[in-house]
Amino acid sequence: MKKWQIDDIDTWGPSRHELGATIPRSGTADDYNTGGWRVERPVRDREKCNDCMICFFACPDSSVVVEDGKMAEIDLEHCKGCGLCAAVCPRDAIEMTDELEARRKEEE
Amino acid sequence: MSRKAITGNGAVALALKQVEPDVMSAYPITPQTEIAQNYAQFVANGDVKTEYIAVESEHSAMSAAIGAAAAGARTITATSSQGFALMWEMLFIAASLRLPITMPVITRALSGPINIHCDHSDSMGGRDCGWIQLYGEDAQEGYDNAIQAFRIAEHMDVRLPVMTMIDGFIISGAIGPVQTLDDDKVKEFVGEYQAVNPLLDADNPVTVGPFDGLHGWYFEHKVSQNRAMENAMRVIEEVGAEYGKLTGRPYSHFTTHHLDDAEVALVAIGSAAGNAKTVVDGLREKGRKVGLLKVRTFRPFPAAQVAEALAGVQVVGVMDRSDSFGAQGGPLFTEIRSALYDAVPRPQVLNFIYGLGGRDIFPSDIEEAVSVCEQAAAGESVTQERHYLNLRED
Repeated sequence: MKKWQIDDIDTWGPSRHELGATIPRSGTADDYNTGGWRVERPVRDREKCNDCMICFFACPDSSVVVEDGKMAEIDLEHCKGCGLCAAVCPRDAIEMTDELEARRKEEE
Repeated sequence: MSRKAITGNGAVALALKQVEPDVMSAYPITPQTEIAQNYAQFVANGDVKTEYIAVESEHSAMSAAIGAAAAGARTITATSSQGFALMWEMLFIAASLRLPITMPVITRALSGPINIHCDHSDSMGGRDCGWIQLYGEDAQEGYDNAIQAFRIAEHMDVRLPVMTMIDGFIISGAIGPVQTLDDDKVKEFVGEYQAVNPLLDADNPVTVGPFDGLHGWYFEHKVSQNRAMENAMRVIEEVGAEYGKLTGRPYSHFTTHHLDDAEVALVAIGSAAGNAKTVVDGLREKGRKVGLLKVRTFRPFPAAQVAEALAGVQVVGVMDRSDSFGAQGGPLFTEIRSALYDAVPRPQVLNFIYGLGGRDIFPSDIEEAVSVCEQAAAGESVTQERHYLNLRED
């Protein structure tokens, strides 16, 4: 495993970076919170959902979290609210709701 | 080593076959050339073990090449004309990801009007996409450059993609004599491929092509790309010299012909340099002090060396087979004139546009260019505007 010490990266000139801006570790998208882009929030109805996992395969942001073979939750840190999961759900178990409304309720 | 009568396309395809890279991606329909067709045949016949990816467009051809190269494969593709234009976006990605892809380009016109013939509009239009550009005069140079391209691209001080050009139809479709190396000599010359940070190295996972952030290091990476170009200046010469030891045909950034005592000189790139050489020889027999500089490396541009070679010449006539609309002249002209800005004394530099869309260039046209240069050298007033060779004038 490559080590990548980046504590002082703000001071790095052109010769210190990896070729082609490659980052010597994987899964870096996890560090990037794209949930803030969302204008609609998916809400899943646990009663209707039968864990068929079609939403898992459809999600372009890998935001359907699976635990023990079941759909556990939607990762709202990374879900951009595209609505594909709701569109493909055969049981209409996912509803797209207003994000601002949801946040307002959370703050109350 | 053997001597073959072969087309430019055939010579380049043979070079690629002898290298036998891991992956070739190519769009198999026009404007693609016989290079991709021949290579597909090598694969189908079992002559090479290369993975051949037939894609649905040239944009996809370059995208697939980028993917394969990032995965860790020695990768090639080939293109021409509109196909080159469709690759545009991805050409920058290949260079900025520092992937040593090599690509022969058969230089042809860009539409419109729709025209399939030779000029340099395609590759010259791509001169700032971060690829190294080597231009060949004939099928032999197409073959030689295609082989050297791997060593240049893959050199650890460079790691940039390389495109090697020969002129559409005039060279690509015409049969000429080519000295070829034995397969094992070519494989030995290019050596084993060394991938840098390959995606398929599961023990060392990497992220390729990440978002650089809002306040990231894009600027630093661009400077790093340009430093690699500066390194390529040296590496191209080293590889060319080593290739010369192997073949008896050494290569550098350019070649000169009767330049030492020349009062006027032509600068040309591609197949017309061969015609210009013949014209220069004829004029020399008549006692006229004419020379020629044939450019091979256009990116990185060997400005200092070119300026040194042209020092002492009174008038330089630069022949461009493409134009840069609204610029001060064709791409080769602006490059040469800029290179000569610091020369003392500074030669006058004139621009001759020729051959667009496959318009023929005759020896008399090249002689006309020399005459215009001689008039300027004799102190006559000659326009700095573009001079057109074999254009139908109103």
